[in-house]
Amino acid sequence: MSEKLLEIQDERLSFFTQAGEVKALNNVSFSMEQGDVLGIVGESGSGKSVTAYSIMGLTAYPGKLIGGTIHFNGHEIEKMTEKEFRKMRGNEVSIIFQDPMTSLNPVYTIGNQIVEVIRLHTNKTKKEAYARAKELLELVGMNEPEKRLKQYPHELSGGMRQRVMIAIALACEPKLLIADEPTTALDVTIQAQILELMQELRAKLGMSIIMITHDLGVVASMCEKIAVMYAGHIVEYGTTDEIFYQPGHEYTKGLINSIPKLNAQGKERLIPIEGTPVDLLNPPAGCPFAPRCTNCMKVCLREMPPRTDLSDTHYSLCWLHQKQQAEQGGKAE
Amino acid sequence: MVKYTVKRIGMGLFSIFIVATLTFFLMNMVPGGPFVAEKSMSKAAQQALAEKYGLDKPILERYGTYLTDLLHGDMGPSLKQRGREVSDIIFSKFPVSAKLAGIAVLVALCVGIPLGCLAAYNRGKWADNLIIVFATCGIAVPSFISSVLLLYTFGMNLKLLPVVGLNEAAAYVMPVTALALYPAAYITRLMRSSLLDVMGQDYMRTARAKGVSNFKILFKHALRNAVLPVVTYVGPMLAGLMTGSFVVEKIFTVPGLGREFVSAITNRDYTMIMGTTIILATLVIAANVIVDVLYKIIDPRIKLK
Ligand SMILES: Nc1ncnc2c1ncn2[C@@H]1O[C@H](COP(=O)(O)OP(=O)(O)OP(=O)(O)O)[C@@H](O)[C@H]1O
Ligand code: SF4
Ligand SMILES: [Mg+2]
Repeated sequence: MSEKLLEIQDERLSFFTQAGEVKALNNVSFSMEQGDVLGIVGESGSGKSVTAYSIMGLTAYPGKLIGGTIHFNGHEIEKMTEKEFRKMRGNEVSIIFQDPMTSLNPVYTIGNQIVEVIRLHTNKTKKEAYARAKELLELVGMNEPEKRLKQYPHELSGGMRQRVMIAIALACEPKLLIADEPTTALDVTIQAQILELMQELRAKLGMSIIMITHDLGVVASMCEKIAVMYAGHIVEYGTTDEIFYQPGHEYTKGLINSIPKLNAQGKERLIPIEGTPVDLLNPPAGCPFAPRCTNCMKVCLREMPPRTDLSDTHYSLCWLHQKQQAEQGGKAE
Repeated sequence: MVKYTVKRIGMGLFSIFIVATLTFFLMNMVPGGPFVAEKSMSKAAQQALAEKYGLDKPILERYGTYLTDLLHGDMGPSLKQRGREVSDIIFSKFPVSAKLAGIAVLVALCVGIPLGCLAAYNRGKWADNLIIVFATCGIAVPSFISSVLLLYTFGMNLKLLPVVGLNEAAAYVMPVTALALYPAAYITRLMRSSLLDVMGQDYMRTARAKGVSNFKILFKHALRNAVLPVVTYVGPMLAGLMTGSFVVEKIFTVPGLGREFVSAITNRDYTMIMGTTIILATLVIAANVIVDVLYKIIDPRIKLK
């Protein structure tokens, strides 16, 4: 079996704010192999970004890793220093952010900002780096790359800026590309173009991708595996087919059901499930989804549900599985 | 760019014209005159002087004459320092004030920018609090108090620094400190809040995600964006200081333009008042144009209109 590219085990991460400890990640575990495309879905504040950023050591003060291990590409992330992180960021793992309008520095040219990352991680001369930057702009489908290099971010449209962000991210051919809602801030036609570009690049370059999104349509078309997050837990993890056709967790079921069924052409966006998200400052003792779950049982309020493996690739954190298994066990006797 | 420059110069000239006109009429509306206070002078002598300088003519005529002369570069003779031209006085005093102001602004920048950065980087910690206290004091304490305190401590008690004139390098220390205190404190506060704002921007996160070092993040990505408000502030402030601070020049007996300006007002030295006002207006306008151009150089998003 191939060496895992990324293996996260029981990661716990908290933000120590003035109001108290915000438990952003609670025992998050998952792994990826080279070339995998993983989708992370979940509502706002569920910890999607924090999970991804922690791989790069970008959850700075007041965020602190308080437990678990993260192994990425031979590194033990939990033991790394800031200096070691710097060598890795933008090189072995890079990231595209949600808002391309604000993610580029307004006072430097596009060329300058692409060349910066190339020169940080390679020994290329300025000239070679510019040649590479031009190549990258061509790769991400920008016309007139020569001219673009000299332009400033404000002279480009949102879609073009996101292409530049992708060019920066891919400049050093990273093993892993994290895309944090890369299309949320763009309008629909541009969204489709950017996603298409990402799929194309993935086929061409073979890097792994973590795709963070609210949009189930995006994960369905791009990802092989999906992690569903709720209140800092991965409440369900499985292949795309498993998640869509045999959802295990009550929250996942809610998500799938909230996809508008008619006009399958239209954009599939999550309709929020009834109730409010959990307060991570004072998380409940039991299942975090209990207050909103229609099948909530007594045990759910008391104790965190254990992980139930539904197949080799599929697990979920819900007491209902335990109950079912116990019943099935009873029948078999 | 050329069009912009031409336009700005035109607008500048127009503003100077407005300032000159307003000053001219307001100054003449105030009761009294340049020779009234001189008790030793007889009525006839006063009359003769007024005639000599054309003060007996109707105000509109005098206004017309003044403007015509001004266009020929002639600011007229001083009414009080008899025998000296206003332009001569200004050109002998202005360099003194300008040099002092230039040094003071440089000091203010060299103190304010690093302190502001330090405070922003240590937000909420003791270094930040200490710097905020300094900045607040620097802004709150008027220059006459800081000047007197300086003079008293270093000049009189410790006798470390000369107290009069600007004849040696050490003599600059106190007036420069007194002048630089307020702008340094103000720049510190501007820099701190602007850097904090920039540090929260998305592109800073991008820079970190690229693996840029902290040093380069500060000096390449943050400072250039954060320094813009300081540039806006420094231009007009420099212009203001260049025309002299009356208080500081008076306390440290600096032969600068600030003292001339104030005594011209109390003495009703009409031509001197006009001359210094026009110089001040010109400097402020020039400073603003320079700030705009600098702004454009630092931030490519700015369009010069
Ligand atoms: N700097 C911080 N200080 C305190 N709490 C933080 C900080 N950053 C994130 N958190 C907390 O961590 C939790 C997870 O945040 P995260 O940004 O990962 O959410 P998300 O799932 O990406 O949401 P969104 O869809 O809105 O981006 C949130 O509840 C948030 O309150
Ligand atoms: S553990 Fe209980 S409350 Fe939580 S999702 Fe399952 S049934 Fe609902
Ligand atoms: Mg997020």
